[in-house]
Amino acid sequence: MSPDTRAAIAFSRFGLGITPRGLGAASGEAREALLAELKSPPTLSMSLSDVQRDLGFSTALPPTPELLTQIAAYNRARKERREIKAQNQTPAPDTPSMAAPDMAGKPGKPAPLMDDQRLPQAVSFAEVAARLKVWGDARIGFHERLVMFWANHFAVSVDKGLPVRILAGAYEREAIRPHVTGRFRDLLLAAERHPAMQVYLDNDASIGPNARANRNGKRGLNENLAREILELHTLGVNGGYTQADVTRFAKVITGWGINRSGQGDGFRFNANAHEPGPQTILGKTYADDGERQGIRVLEDLARHPATAKHIATKLVRHFVSDQPPPALVERLSRRFIDTDGDLSAVYATLIAADESWSAPRAKLRTPQEYVIASLRALDTPVQPQRFLQTLRVLGQPLWQPPGPNGFSDLASVWATPEGLNNRLDLAYQLSERVAEKTDPRVFAEERLKGLISETTRRSVALAETRPQGLALVLLSPEFMRR
Amino acid sequence: MIDRRSFLVASTGLFASAVLPQSAFAAGRDPRFVVIILRGALDGLAAVPPVGDPDFAALRPPAWEGEALPLNGFFSLNPAMPNLKRLYGASQAAIVHASATPYRNRSHFDGQDVLESGFDVPGHADTGWLNRLILSLGQGSKIGAAQKSLSVGTLTPLVIRGEAPLLGWAPQQLKAADPDLAPRLLRLYGETDPALMTVLQEGIDTGKIASGMNPMMGGGGPAGAMVDMAKGAAALMGRDDGPRIAAMAFDGWDTHTAEQRRLTQLLGGLDQSLAAFEQGLGAKWADTVVLVATEFGRTARFNGTQGSDHGQATTAFLAGGAVKGGRVIADWPGLKGAQLYEGRDLTPTTDLRAVVMGVARDHLGADVRRLQTDVFPGALSVKPLDGLV
Repeated sequence: MSPDTRAAIAFSRFGLGITPRGLGAASGEAREALLAELKSPPTLSMSLSDVQRDLGFSTALPPTPELLTQIAAYNRARKERREIKAQNQTPAPDTPSMAAPDMAGKPGKPAPLMDDQRLPQAVSFAEVAARLKVWGDARIGFHERLVMFWANHFAVSVDKGLPVRILAGAYEREAIRPHVTGRFRDLLLAAERHPAMQVYLDNDASIGPNARANRNGKRGLNENLAREILELHTLGVNGGYTQADVTRFAKVITGWGINRSGQGDGFRFNANAHEPGPQTILGKTYADDGERQGIRVLEDLARHPATAKHIATKLVRHFVSDQPPPALVERLSRRFIDTDGDLSAVYATLIAADESWSAPRAKLRTPQEYVIASLRALDTPVQPQRFLQTLRVLGQPLWQPPGPNGFSDLASVWATPEGLNNRLDLAYQLSERVAEKTDPRVFAEERLKGLISETTRRSVALAETRPQGLALVLLSPEFMRR
Repeated sequence: MIDRRSFLVASTGLFASAVLPQSAFAAGRDPRFVVIILRGALDGLAAVPPVGDPDFAALRPPAWEGEALPLNGFFSLNPAMPNLKRLYGASQAAIVHASATPYRNRSHFDGQDVLESGFDVPGHADTGWLNRLILSLGQGSKIGAAQKSLSVGTLTPLVIRGEAPLLGWAPQQLKAADPDLAPRLLRLYGETDPALMTVLQEGIDTGKIASGMNPMMGGGGPAGAMVDMAKGAAALMGRDDGPRIAAMAFDGWDTHTAEQRRLTQLLGGLDQSLAAFEQGLGAKWADTVVLVATEFGRTARFNGTQGSDHGQATTAFLAGGAVKGGRVIADWPGLKGAQLYEGRDLTPTTDLRAVVMGVARDHLGADVRRLQTDVFPGALSVKPLDGLV
């Protein structure tokens, strides 16, 4: 394999795609370049917009406690607006409504929102804009690919409603991003305890049947989070746990929930909602020491061999092949166990493996990977709103997977006529933007360097127009697959 | 049968450059000029077949359905263009055959660079000759840079790109991908990625992906898009204060396979577009010149898939009430093997720049020296064709 090809694979299989800067960032020893990128991960930062300032944010990408405060204010204001609207629709009262001080021009607490989209949009656009910057700037993009991988592994969905919609970006920033190169244990704990996950999988509403807060017996246990932790986040669906384990684990994490006071990190342990007593999970009994009881279960799950196998399989399937080579999975799994879940060590094993470089480039870039790679290749900017819309059209709306198992990682799921048709339209539209200053033949040679086939080269050279030629590059197997 | 020499006489006196130009340009006139670029290289031999050339019939099968429309006994017109035939009969359309830019290779991108930039070599893609022509016209004039010129389509054609101010307009339905993309992609996948080819083929078969084979279907196909662009441009240019100069590009003329079917649709779209200009411009049509040009021509012989490959000379069209029409202007090179360029293409005998220069000087009042140096750099030896308007 030529150095150019190896560098190109570093960009496509492990990164976000080549940019006008060329293969340089992965030249020399491509393996080392990838691992070097993990040692200096990018930081997300943006300046505060006027809208965010109006909403009272302290930073453009506010921490979860601040967002929780905003959500509460937003919900209050919406409720007030609904009441005002309802009153305006009822027969006029004799006295002016006091429920609408702002509208009456009297001093009162200003409503923190202008319309129902203001808060979600201000947050969403800032979160996306910050990432678009990082995705564009990334040298190879391995770190960002890992962030996407783990955000999808520990999926939350904005479908769940307003809190997750507003917290999804903060969840990725706070729970996923800081831990993707650290220990799996820390990643697991941060993800499960984050308010976004607590809401998404209903654990904030779960109460121990015998908890103090449940004296009247009207509320009870919700097993959702406990089940998905075992099935999706750690052991895997055939990881050897039983329904009884699920129920007992659900009891263990009762009382885990959200701190809406604006203080702390947004997590709250409510001892009154916690199921008292010891619980036995996977044959091991955990004494009830409150919040610690759940943490100790998660720590054991994090170092369970089934978890190592499950994570290794998913990593290999994501980066190398839809049919993960068992020997490679075994090596990663072994490394995971030997290092007590040191993820950077696992990645190093993945990168060092010959299979990671020699496997056929049969994976299809997911829509998110494809859009980012296209923007990087063409070096063209995109507005957050348009980016979100494009991902929706391509079938992979940001932070909105169809279920807690995240978006599929299999080429066959994305290689559909509809999906291909949308990629055709997107590739053509993006190409039109830069066609004035870009020669498709040069573009093909530079962006497909190390990978380009004679067929693609000829096809691009014969294209009738510049946009057509550029689009053919973006739609070529060399670009679509990784 | 008309031989080469008599044909020269019948056309324009191409070499009679000593004759003083009879400029139609005069104060008080309000001329309009439209440039339409056909991207993909129009097959001039299929559009305006030289049926009177004794070597033509043996060279290739007819690239049209039914009877070609006779023009002057030697040349006929593709039957997909009845409007052009009518304009020709009304002396409002002329055809310039065996014409070409100075470009002599076979790359679309480079050919379009030369055609639109006005330079004699490719690689100049910053400004186009039409934009520089606008800048060269009198500053106070309605046809100069004081008046915004019109760029039609989502992409500003190179020919009108530059410093002179532009008004942009595009019909909505240009948003979908170029319908020629899918068939090209199918060929690419066919050779290198059978799995993606299967998916793409399924999309085409079920109509989920544009096949490129039904360009007349719907308003978004090439023909519909052409007419929409022409209608929109004509509506804007027909206003008293509207733009005087416009450019647009029609894609899809790269007819490597099944040329007859494709050209019938494409030429039909072009023909309807010319009618749309005639109709939309109303009284201003009398003072209008539409130039239709393409980057190069195609092989004289058909290839193995009933199409033609990239070649050299082709036809350009001039239409409009200001055109001295009813003529095919050509220094006909002949179609015998030795007369073909590199044994395969119609040999270029008329420099397209001379056609533009003639129109620019006589219709827009452009200065010949500036045409030969600024508008078409390095074209000092190219003389404007006389008597086009």
